[in-house]
Amino acid sequence: MGARHLSLNWASSLSSKIAGLVPGRKGKPPPPAGRSYVEFLIESSIRVLGFSTIGFVLLIFFFLLREGLPIFREVAPANLFGTRWYPTFDLFGTLPLIIGSAYVTVASIAIALPLGVATAVFIREVAPHWTREVLKPLIEVLAGIPSVVLGFFGMHVLAPLVRTTMDVPTGLTAFTGAVLLAYMALPTIISVAEDAIDTVPRSYRDAALAMGATHWQTIWRVVVPAARSGIATAVMLGMGRAIGETMAVMMVTGNAARMPISLNSLFMPVRTMTATVAAEMGEVANGSVHYHSLFGIGIILFILTFLINIVAATAIFKKRHRGGLR
Amino acid sequence: MVEKKVSAENINYFYGGNQALRDVSLGVPAHSVTVFFGPAGGGKTTLLRLINRLNDMVENTRMTGRILLDNKNIYDEDVDVAILRRRVGMVFALPLPLPGTIRENVTYGLKLAGMRDGHRIAEILEKSLVQAAIWDEIKDRLDSPASSLSGGQQQRLCIARSLALEPEVLLLDEPTSGLDPISTRKVEDSLQELKQLYTIIIVPHSIQQAARVADQAAFFLMGDLIEYRPGTEIFTTPRDKRTEDYITGRFG
Repeated sequence: MGARHLSLNWASSLSSKIAGLVPGRKGKPPPPAGRSYVEFLIESSIRVLGFSTIGFVLLIFFFLLREGLPIFREVAPANLFGTRWYPTFDLFGTLPLIIGSAYVTVASIAIALPLGVATAVFIREVAPHWTREVLKPLIEVLAGIPSVVLGFFGMHVLAPLVRTTMDVPTGLTAFTGAVLLAYMALPTIISVAEDAIDTVPRSYRDAALAMGATHWQTIWRVVVPAARSGIATAVMLGMGRAIGETMAVMMVTGNAARMPISLNSLFMPVRTMTATVAAEMGEVANGSVHYHSLFGIGIILFILTFLINIVAATAIFKKRHRGGLR
Repeated sequence: MVEKKVSAENINYFYGGNQALRDVSLGVPAHSVTVFFGPAGGGKTTLLRLINRLNDMVENTRMTGRILLDNKNIYDEDVDVAILRRRVGMVFALPLPLPGTIRENVTYGLKLAGMRDGHRIAEILEKSLVQAAIWDEIKDRLDSPASSLSGGQQQRLCIARSLALEPEVLLLDEPTSGLDPISTRKVEDSLQELKQLYTIIIVPHSIQQAARVADQAAFFLMGDLIEYRPGTEIFTTPRDKRTEDYITGRFG
């Protein structure tokens, strides 16, 4: 809103200036015939488009609530947050799915964070100019690989590798999913972390270098700590991407809805919330308890992603408003 | 002639296609305050940054000529840049305390240099804060965050941080540009003490300051070194017309 007013004011003040320069004409010239009408038309169609986007999001949200909320009445909380997900036996324990999602997501972040930050540091601080120019677009391309292609790669290359090297019965495990998700979260993490490192003022580097810090000490003890809020945002955004990802995860995690309780369940099949919804939605009877439960999972997922995004957005907001050490 | 601590020999320096320094040669005697002054864009800060090789990290630059520290070219292959920068400390225009406490800020460089002796570190901490004329104000709150200090205190903290490394040469790039007159006075006074121990090169933030602190002064204009003479002469009887115009405020 503010920007539009500003530009309108600017335009009118400009036109009055032009009018002042032209001899023999005083004051503001009348707008050319039809112009204000066109202006009105464009403005209102933009407004309609903008509001309809908001409207659609709200409608989707209401639909999700309408279809999902009944589950919290139809099924007892003890069942709903139990450990067993067998919808055919009226057992709707979502806990293994929630923990499954959390497990895969956390594991993928544990892999992607060091890799992503190290890559961002390399691109921004170490790589020569031409390498940087090659790497940056390559990483953007990485983000564009369809997840089903990655899933395919995961099934046929990564899973057999996991099975043979870890000596486990199947390669379709939480770990396999985590590696794929890490790969998918990497472009986001790298580019946001790189921006964060880029905004660390050069004077910080100078100050550290002038104290006799080596290049590496400067990066590790000054630049990265100064960029940490941006790096945290990067991780949050990557996490948001990982937790919502469906296809690749469904293809490589084995989809067994069991509780991943011990550490070695990292190398056993798990089932995530997204995979459950995607796999079962096509088969349920419209309006049944099972149907509602899948939408219930959708609500839980929505809330989790929403929370993660809020945390990330707050970090960005804080960063902008703190000034100084951006 | 006094022994030169730092000498620049025929320095040409380019940022891309722009020449920032044009065949500059000068010698800086030990234990004195040398001033680089002149209008913005004259190359004085560039020369300062070359003396501790801070411009190494700036891309697309080119340099010819030599800079000698104790008659050794600091751009030789076998020079360890980190060690050079411990010998040649630098204080910047904006006070830049690193995140952390006052104590950490001063001892950080020592720890980077590998010093572990706690007593020695505490000793140096006090000594450098005293030298930077800030000890009395902050001795009771060494463990509060450095960002809680006022701007003037932060700048003196940064000076202390450089002094803690016991450098031989101290470079100051407009160290008082963000300070109030009282803090400025304190910094300038401490310079007169510090020159007993160190060789000081300063880019002042005004001609008045240049005249107050200079033992010798070099006037830079558009990358050329115009005049380099003792402070008592250059500010009273400049030889070059351009120096005179600048000092008397005809341009700048």
